[in-house]
Amino acid sequence: MNADLRVRLGALELPNPVVTAAGCAGTGRELAHFFDIASIGAVTTKSVMLEPHAGRPSPRMAETPSGMLSTTGMQGPGVDVFLQRDLPWLLSRGGRAIVSVAGSSLGEFGELARRVSGTAGVDAIEVNLSCPDPETPSGRRFADDPARAAAVVRTVRSHARSEVPVLAKLAADVPDVVELAEACAEARADGLSMINTVRGMAVDTRTLRPAVAGGMGGLSGPAIRPLAVGCVYRVHEAMPDMPIIGMGGVRTGADVVEFMAAGASAVAVGTVNFSDPSACARVLREFTESLEARGVSKASELVGAAHRQGT
Amino acid sequence: MSDNGPVQVRCPVLNVRRVDAYYAITVVAPGIAERFRSGQFVSVAVGGDHSSTLLRRPFAVHDVKPDYGGTVEFLFSVRGTGTAWLAERRSRDLLDVVGPLGRPFPLPRDPVNCVLVGGGSGSAPLFPLAQSLRRRGCRVDFVLGGASADRVFSAITARRIAETAVFTTDDGSFGTRGRVTDVLGRVIEECRSDAVYACGPMPMLRAVTAVAAGHGVPVQVSVEETMACGTGICMTCVVPVVGEDGVTRMVRSCVDGPVFRGEQVRFDDVGTIPFDALGAPGWKGSSAARATESTRDIA
Repeated sequence: MNADLRVRLGALELPNPVVTAAGCAGTGRELAHFFDIASIGAVTTKSVMLEPHAGRPSPRMAETPSGMLSTTGMQGPGVDVFLQRDLPWLLSRGGRAIVSVAGSSLGEFGELARRVSGTAGVDAIEVNLSCPDPETPSGRRFADDPARAAAVVRTVRSHARSEVPVLAKLAADVPDVVELAEACAEARADGLSMINTVRGMAVDTRTLRPAVAGGMGGLSGPAIRPLAVGCVYRVHEAMPDMPIIGMGGVRTGADVVEFMAAGASAVAVGTVNFSDPSACARVLREFTESLEARGVSKASELVGAAHRQGT
Repeated sequence: MSDNGPVQVRCPVLNVRRVDAYYAITVVAPGIAERFRSGQFVSVAVGGDHSSTLLRRPFAVHDVKPDYGGTVEFLFSVRGTGTAWLAERRSRDLLDVVGPLGRPFPLPRDPVNCVLVGGGSGSAPLFPLAQSLRRRGCRVDFVLGGASADRVFSAITARRIAETAVFTTDDGSFGTRGRVTDVLGRVIEECRSDAVYACGPMPMLRAVTAVAAGHGVPVQVSVEETMACGTGICMTCVVPVVGEDGVTRMVRSCVDGPVFRGEQVRFDDVGTIPFDALGAPGWKGSSAARATESTRDIA
């Protein structure tokens, strides 16, 4: 039996539910040495900003139990180079592209939405709501205030071509992720990606200094998976019709099953791409085998299964 | 998938041995051995499939041999749980290895005189480089240093391959007491060196670059930055490097390096974002710099 792996995220249909998480796959070029980039559901590209960004000083990374802390500070070439050089490469290889955008103001988000959605071949835009919001005290992100997050999503939705779905990427370390999700839905997000890295710190006990420059970093990897699954479960429970891409520490095909059962329609592989460059292909293979072993004929049947069986 | 890019293989351990203060593991990995060029590195998963130590450890390749279809040897010292786990591997255990990674050392077209400078375990990639240079008819001289005698490894091999080999230790327990850069100038003069290759800690590379520049000799340095992925996607191993166009960029040690021209690395600014780096806060950048950026290929 060949299971039907297709999944839908609103208007967007993907051939299978395994995608990459933003910032964990570049534009697919490096991972293409290890597997066929067109074989997975989609590549979510590293958050692109309007201008080139050099990012943060180093050290930018520290290994932590079952995960890592990182702080790259959105290093990237800017949207011009992304659209001229990086995106065309991905599309030329038959890859599907979910383009993550990061702005430092509503104006920048609007301009990015216009430029990116006006480029042929973009399957969806993902809005990185963990960018610092310049109109609030330092360190606060758009995601920290549901109203500000909604303002960003509304701006992107109104500047993007209507046929390009807009996904809101949520932070989990907020007072109420369901409230944030509802605010984004209200602002006409077509789907949600969750979760982003969680802010944390590691201190180097030899130097007694924070292990990454600037102190705080984003925690990712299997360490955050239960937190991510919990967020997906709660949001799916509140909004069963809202498409969700689940992510946070996905390492195996079983993890994809877990996120889908909690309510995700697609599942992203993130940090594990760093440690296992073939991870996406392996996870997809394991997922497919597990569907067949369960006798599930359609991947989409799994979505929200954990809710139907009671708690 | 393609070309001469890196491959990921589960390869059997042929042997694990002690080399002075270090461990050396040889794995059977024909796919990596056949693609390898000196200066490239491998990254090794540690702790098993369900390890809580998620990240691979990057290691310079010390030796490649044709035995069993192709073997690769890398050196390391035990620094934490990951390397301690590696040190416990035994023959026939399987290791998940990715490689070869990074840009190799560029080799001279002509049979020129080359001096190879290594600090501690940074000496490892210089041995396959020495072999490649010798095959091209180059003269090879070594300057190897370390904290103490047991941290200067393969002294015998160095003497065998090279025309001359000079050793330094911080504590004077072997060779000359002092740093590699204390003797490098003299070696360049005596050996009439045309090129310098160096691998080791950043302060050493900075000092080697200064000595080479003082003698008007080009220098290639291989940096040892911490990295999460080694394949070019995590953006954590960046260093400020001046490009051919004069523009400083934060480039990835893993795919844009680890080998750079010494004078192009902004050693004084490592760990920072120089104010004039492309995309630094407040950077305005010329339209020319932007234009080069879009046509510039990424590895």
